[in-house]
Amino acid sequence: MTTVATSPPVTAGGPRKGGRVKRWVVPGVLIAVTITWLVPTLGLFITSFKSRAASSQYGWWQVWQGGWTLDNYNEVLFSPSLPPPGFADNFINTIIITIPATILPIAIAAVAAYAFAWLDFPFRNWIFLGVIALLVVPLQVTWVPVLKIFNTLNLTGTFPGIWLAHTGYGLAFAIFLLRNFMADIPNDLIESARIDGAGNVKIFTRIVLPLSLPAIAALAIFQFVWVWNDLMNALIFLQTPDKFPLTVGIRNLLGQYGNEWNLLSAGAFLSMIVPLIVFFALQRYFVRGLTSGAVKG
Amino acid sequence: MAEIRMDDLTKIYDDGTLAVGEFTLTIEDGEFLVLVGPSGCGKSTVLRMIAGLEDITRGEMHIGDNLVNDVTPKDRDIAMVFQNYALYPHMTVRDNMAFGLKLRKTPKDEIRRRVAEAAGILEITDLLDRKPKALSGGQRQRVAMGRAIVREPAAFLMDEPLSNLDAKLRVQMRAELERIHNRLETTTVYVTHDQVEAMTLGDRVAVLRAVSPARPYNLQQVGPPHELFNDPQNLFVAGFIGSPAMNMIYARLEAEGEDVWVVFGDYRLKVDPRTLERHPGLENRTNEELVMGVRPTSMEASVIAGPDPDRTMRITAEVDENLGAEVFVHHTLNLRPVITPDVEELLADAGQTPESLGDTTEFVARISSDVDVTKGEQLDVVIDTRKLFFFDPKSGSRIGARSATAAAG
Ligand SMILES: Nc1ncnc2c1ncn2[C@@H]1O[C@H](COP(=O)(O)OP(=O)(O)OP(=O)(O)O)[C@@H](O)[C@H]1O
Ligand SMILES: [Mg+2]
Repeated sequence: MTTVATSPPVTAGGPRKGGRVKRWVVPGVLIAVTITWLVPTLGLFITSFKSRAASSQYGWWQVWQGGWTLDNYNEVLFSPSLPPPGFADNFINTIIITIPATILPIAIAAVAAYAFAWLDFPFRNWIFLGVIALLVVPLQVTWVPVLKIFNTLNLTGTFPGIWLAHTGYGLAFAIFLLRNFMADIPNDLIESARIDGAGNVKIFTRIVLPLSLPAIAALAIFQFVWVWNDLMNALIFLQTPDKFPLTVGIRNLLGQYGNEWNLLSAGAFLSMIVPLIVFFALQRYFVRGLTSGAVKG
Repeated sequence: MAEIRMDDLTKIYDDGTLAVGEFTLTIEDGEFLVLVGPSGCGKSTVLRMIAGLEDITRGEMHIGDNLVNDVTPKDRDIAMVFQNYALYPHMTVRDNMAFGLKLRKTPKDEIRRRVAEAAGILEITDLLDRKPKALSGGQRQRVAMGRAIVREPAAFLMDEPLSNLDAKLRVQMRAELERIHNRLETTTVYVTHDQVEAMTLGDRVAVLRAVSPARPYNLQQVGPPHELFNDPQNLFVAGFIGSPAMNMIYARLEAEGEDVWVVFGDYRLKVDPRTLERHPGLENRTNEELVMGVRPTSMEASVIAGPDPDRTMRITAEVDENLGAEVFVHHTLNLRPVITPDVEELLADAGQTPESLGDTTEFVARISSDVDVTKGEQLDVVIDTRKLFFFDPKSGSRIGARSATAAAG
């Protein structure tokens, strides 16, 4: 308060100009980054509505040349010329893979994070350190041993197998993020709930979980997009074509219609729609200061 | 509703800090007991042990007839109001208040009735559907109170519940708390380091002090406010209770026939026999250095009190604070200041060091504002020598004080 009150006479003039420049730096950079990402996507989007002839004759920025068509989507989704399983089946597989592979790790991580943040048990900090250490293990070194274990357990080529794989790979970061978020919930709030008569289960479900929604939403988007776009783990752990997800489908499209950009872009767009929906659905939980009003001072 | 009985409680934190020692105190059913003392003296620790939020290292705690040492907070049937309110931010005011009742499976109608009643008492009925972040500090405080009231617990525990409010609201909520206590008559343990709050709210006040190797117990004195004010058992309590603080002066007693006089600097005052009565054994401590305490409120200007040369001090009004009905006049005595462990602790709590006092003694007198005080002018002040206090400069105890344990019981 005092510094705020006394600063204007000292800083009048000069620093304010600096402030104006500074005020434009952040939005400027953000706009530049956004355009860089958006322009190719826009190109893809427009191309996906062009006939093969139009897409090879005109650039995508010549928006009104060559007419519009939905044929590409029709072709990609229902084309009899593709070998089974078709793109639509891939799409369903991706959903079957992604939803449990997003919910499972976050559910497990939330419980674990609560324990790491709020329960007292022996070696708590050492075990948490172990979890963080797992973050630096490269994915690639785990493939062979995990596949061997999966083979003995008959999990290779099954959906539960890939759910487990994604759960394992996502867990360390999820625990790390959620435990740090939950540890920031004011202690008084937890104690207040204890005195109100809540045990650990109620404290977790009624207080900690609702207050952790922003972190959980962020994590859900990360994990969802990561699994949705995953190609390697699907190829390694699923192995059977009728269980392959969209990513594999698109790769196959690439092999089949390597120069038919109109079809490829329609496929790519179809695979982008769901993550976009998920993002916009969850973004309302990204509210800052969810705990404001809880404690004063 | 219940009595809270603490027997010889000790709390040692994991890092070895002895926070509370030899703590014995019984809080009666329906009593409003205030724990008061400087920062770090263990008030919150005692309260948290009652709540069950801290383990009890040694000793016994009973709530009602139950030994609760190993009972979890949720089974102790107590409600707590936190300094920062600790409202659940994702719940409406109504849900905040109903939370504890829902967890205890109270019937819906009963919950609705109790929330409505508590909201009525606290005048927050209009706010029931708001979230805490849409409330002012004073409103949040009320909601925190409401959350405790609806539980109808055996006892309320409050840890500095008003300290985050501004001065005006604090006074208002203080009155409110008193009203609520008179209405509900629930046993209440209230922590504050504001002695005015302690004196106005408490049926009894317990003065605490941080433990030291020489003094392994916190409790200095417990009693009704007037008792702490009129009969403090040591320098610490005497200096902590009362605003402005009691004047402390190194002084000597001289016997002269039947009479006893107290001498300090150039001043000589005739000690009233009633002061001697209140200090058994004081007549044997003549001609040695003692600490004399006298409250600013035990004085009056001689133009009002009438001339009384044996009890008059002539002082210079260096600073005067006019509060409307009364004026506090500051004067400097050319005597070294009283510095004992008790006084040092009180100074530390006020953010001062012994060095900051210099080598003179500050003296404050309260006189009626009907007297014209001119800065720099001399002023005759009559001292009520029935209300002098004498302390042993080494131990800090009142002369003739009851023993420490008796004082605590
Ligand atoms: N968790 C803890 N671990 C170790 N020592 C602690 C802990 N909590 C409190 N203490 C110590 O115990 C002593 C008493 O603390 P307590 O919080 O009870 O004081 P207080 O009277 O409530 O003070 P304040 O008026 O500042 O709130 C202090 O010396 C403090 O540093
Ligand atoms: Mg405290």
